[in-house]
Amino acid sequence: MRLIGSIADWFDRRAQLGKPIREMVEHPVPRETASWFYVFGSAALTVFLLQVVTGILLATVYVPTAGQAWDSLQVLNREVTLGWFIRALHGWGSNFMVAIVFIHMVQVFLFGAFKFPRELTWLAGVFLLLMTLGMAFSGQVLRFDQDAYWGLGIGAAVSSRIPLVGPWLVSSLLGGPIIAGATLSRFFVLHVFAIPGILIAVVGLHVLLVLKLGINEWPRPGRTVSRETYLREYHELTRTEGEPFVPYAVWKDAFFSGFILLSIAACALYFGPIGPGGQPNPTIIQTVPRPDFFFLWLYAVVSLLPSSLETPAMLIGPAIAVFVLLALPFVSGEGEKSWRRRPIAVLIVLLALVAFGTLTDVGRDAPWSPVMDAWSGEPIPAKYLTKRTALERQGALVFQAKQCHNCHALDGKGGQRGPALDAVAVRLTQDQLIRQVIQGGGNMPAYGKNLNPAETTALVGFLETLHPAGQAPAQDASRKLAQETNAPPLSSPPR
Amino acid sequence: MNLPGRISRRGVFLKLAIFFNAVVGIILAVPIVRYILSPMIRERKPGYASWISLGSLNDFPAGQTRLATYRNPVVNPWDGETADVACWVRRIDTENFQVFAINCAHLWCPVRWFPQSSLFMCPCHGGVYYADGSRAAGPPERGLYQYNYKVEGDSLWIKAGEVPTPTRAANAKPGGSRCA
Repeated sequence: MRLIGSIADWFDRRAQLGKPIREMVEHPVPRETASWFYVFGSAALTVFLLQVVTGILLATVYVPTAGQAWDSLQVLNREVTLGWFIRALHGWGSNFMVAIVFIHMVQVFLFGAFKFPRELTWLAGVFLLLMTLGMAFSGQVLRFDQDAYWGLGIGAAVSSRIPLVGPWLVSSLLGGPIIAGATLSRFFVLHVFAIPGILIAVVGLHVLLVLKLGINEWPRPGRTVSRETYLREYHELTRTEGEPFVPYAVWKDAFFSGFILLSIAACALYFGPIGPGGQPNPTIIQTVPRPDFFFLWLYAVVSLLPSSLETPAMLIGPAIAVFVLLALPFVSGEGEKSWRRRPIAVLIVLLALVAFGTLTDVGRDAPWSPVMDAWSGEPIPAKYLTKRTALERQGALVFQAKQCHNCHALDGKGGQRGPALDAVAVRLTQDQLIRQVIQGGGNMPAYGKNLNPAETTALVGFLETLHPAGQAPAQDASRKLAQETNAPPLSSPPR
Repeated sequence: MNLPGRISRRGVFLKLAIFFNAVVGIILAVPIVRYILSPMIRERKPGYASWISLGSLNDFPAGQTRLATYRNPVVNPWDGETADVACWVRRIDTENFQVFAINCAHLWCPVRWFPQSSLFMCPCHGGVYYADGSRAAGPPERGLYQYNYKVEGDSLWIKAGEVPTPTRAANAKPGGSRCA
């Protein structure tokens, strides 16, 4: 013990770090900030360190070449002792990282911590959020599987739409003419050198600012921020009811960080490593690319927007979102901090949460994607085939053979790209069904060239049987009248 | 010795040193920037696209649409199977073809051909195209990208080498462009 003490002494006489570090850890913080609400920032830092350590460990085996990355991940998963666990820690650490950074941001926003004088801390935080997302995306690319390959394609397709510089941007993003070795190398550099380097510098600035300006005091309704008086008031607060950060507040940070690390380890142990999925072979086209969990909401937004709005929304939307975040502390730098007096702030958070949750949920189901094998894999429910004529059953066969089932569900099975057809006969008359099948429209292809008259007749015959028991199928008013009066209809039916 | 209103020797040297480093910085920046931009410079001159054989004409029966694959002409040894590219070849009759990029014109997911309904369908957002590559339904704003092709002797050649974007060579109008 004495030896350690004398070595520390020797070191400190030269480096002279002891005193500033002691001052730093013992700086007074307002008593109420020793709270479980104030633990997310330090937890994010802890997970970041975990990512650095596990990332370095993975890099000892991972091969960043397009031809071998996937194989090296298999070796990590199956052959290297506990390689799967380090991969799982890194993968689940990434999920936790994104989640904690978002929770931290929500807490900071609701507690008004972005207001004067902590604007720069907020700006650095927004930057850190963007870089965390950049790490999540580039990390997904390094897991070089089918999803990564086609995800890169989506990124390139979006960039190609930027006016004037689009194609150039695609070339520089891909590092060449196609998604290949140079592309992976680029994302490896981003994920391992460029973004982490900037990240470490900005994290340093972020933490330094927290120390210099002091942790945000617990917001009380009525205790408003004014640029003239705030610094004096904060100083007074820490003087009268301040406590040293260590040990008064830090134990909660330490507990929470440990709990998060344990949760990551538990997820890693239970769920195992994430992927890799199928091999990144572009000639294997039987694939349904899906983004990682945290980008599902974006996938849903892109899919749900009308196509006319898509390009502007994809190109301008993110820029507006970032601008709003950056502008926040300057627009609303003073006044109330407490969420109790900031109903709009609370509503914004709730709206964002509901939107995120809903879009993620929708993104997981992806009802806009056709079910590519429904025509051969999902049989028509037996109840729609019993007590049908031969023609109607022939129509059911056409329904399957022409891939209608890929986009239209029957009895909840099949695609949801188009409307479910369980009660289509109630909605559309015979003439309307024929028109819809032949001409398409309303986001449906025209089948006129691909169905012969017999097939059309059979298919429409089948569709006309699809109505709930006790609910009559729709009927053209003029034709009904014609039948009732026994007069010939104005136009003869097409069949 | 920095008297007000007078130029000191050290001040001049400092300014000279800053100027000197600025010049050195520019000298270094030029090759660095050119290195970073090399994919774009390469794209313009000599360009990525070249003629590639898709194999014998007999592999593509008239009236059918078949999947073909080729090795990208610009390739590095470490690219592995990512340099293998797929495309759809539609042989209209003996002489006329259409060669479509595998990528949906929306967000580049790989489209699949369904001969039964004569449609290309995209698994991602439900883009659908007719047999001639023109847009049928869904979010794409245009038809499938097409490669220029030529028939030489017994084999089918396409001009390929880079990903299709709205402004690239692989971008003939749907249903148009026979031979380049």
